[in-house]
Amino acid sequence: MHELAIAGEIVALVADRTGGARVGRIVVEIGRLCAVAPDAMRFCFDLATEGTVAEGARLEIVETPGLGRCRACGAEVVLERPFARCACGGTDLDWLAGEELRIREVELAP
Amino acid sequence: MCRTCGCSDPMDDHTHAHEHPHGPSTGPGVVVPLEQRVLERNDRLAAETRRRLRARRVCALNLMSGPGAGKTTLLERMLRDLAGDLEIAVIEGDQATDHDAARVRAAGGRAVQVNTGPGCHLDAAMVARALEALDPAAGSIVVVENVGNLVCPALFDLGEDARVVIASVTDGDDKPLKYPHMFRAADVLLLSKVDLLPHVRFDRDRWRGAAREVNPQAVGFELSATRGDGLDAWYGWLRRRAVEPRAVASAP
Repeated sequence: MHELAIAGEIVALVADRTGGARVGRIVVEIGRLCAVAPDAMRFCFDLATEGTVAEGARLEIVETPGLGRCRACGAEVVLERPFARCACGGTDLDWLAGEELRIREVELAP
Repeated sequence: MCRTCGCSDPMDDHTHAHEHPHGPSTGPGVVVPLEQRVLERNDRLAAETRRRLRARRVCALNLMSGPGAGKTTLLERMLRDLAGDLEIAVIEGDQATDHDAARVRAAGGRAVQVNTGPGCHLDAAMVARALEALDPAAGSIVVVENVGNLVCPALFDLGEDARVVIASVTDGDDKPLKYPHMFRAADVLLLSKVDLLPHVRFDRDRWRGAAREVNPQAVGFELSATRGDGLDAWYGWLRRRAVEPRAVASAP
């Protein structure tokens, strides 16, 4: 369950950047190809925030789609999982998007 | 401007461990834009480890597989076969016990054991600390045996020169399709325990097709650490890589 380590890192980074102010909402972008499961992330987030400036904060997850480019024919291929077959039959794809794992923004608690 | 957070710090890849204000970052209800990569600290540390190891011509391999695929058995065999030829030091990652470090030492290798406790993977900080204790010789190989897990370790850069993923014939021939993140992350794919092929249902062509589908770039070797099949080819790759880390990434 690497999501627990990731949630812990999110809380540490947020606390670092907000100077210890209480946090009400954290927006995290998770790409389809980055091997982080949003459901597991939500579960771990509550554990990781306990006793921190983000305790009780809402986690908003923005899921971004995976996109690749076929090295054989140059076509763009939508990636629902970390591999796919291009219409030309090629499986060798450069990943263009979907590996994001980023804290987009934080809203301080009211 | 900082690429990561958009602040006006002149360095565009400054560390984010420092306190720096981003406009109105305090006050209730204020929204603070961060655009902060979550794994930045890990990846930065891994990049530093990689730089240091390359400066000393140390080739580090991140060895990953599910539990029981034969990582430690292969290491024992490598240590015995390559003694006096290649110097190999080992960082052993397990949740608990130092059994694997003891096995490596019994096979003649130097080893540092890292216990992750509840953690399911090694991260760059654990490996950086272990490397200080291990102090690998210039020109040597460091094998980092990750925690047995086909999911979590794929996400964490340790500063390795190459990622080596092992699957055994007893794991089933569709493993690459079932755990695509790990197999996609591999630079080298090892199929182990091929001596057991007569005893298990395992379609070698189906395995090769699945591996190619998920990761067409990876170099593949099929071997048995107990009987010795395929080891010469694997050792050939290791020797080339030890001399010139990264330079032979795609050589068979």
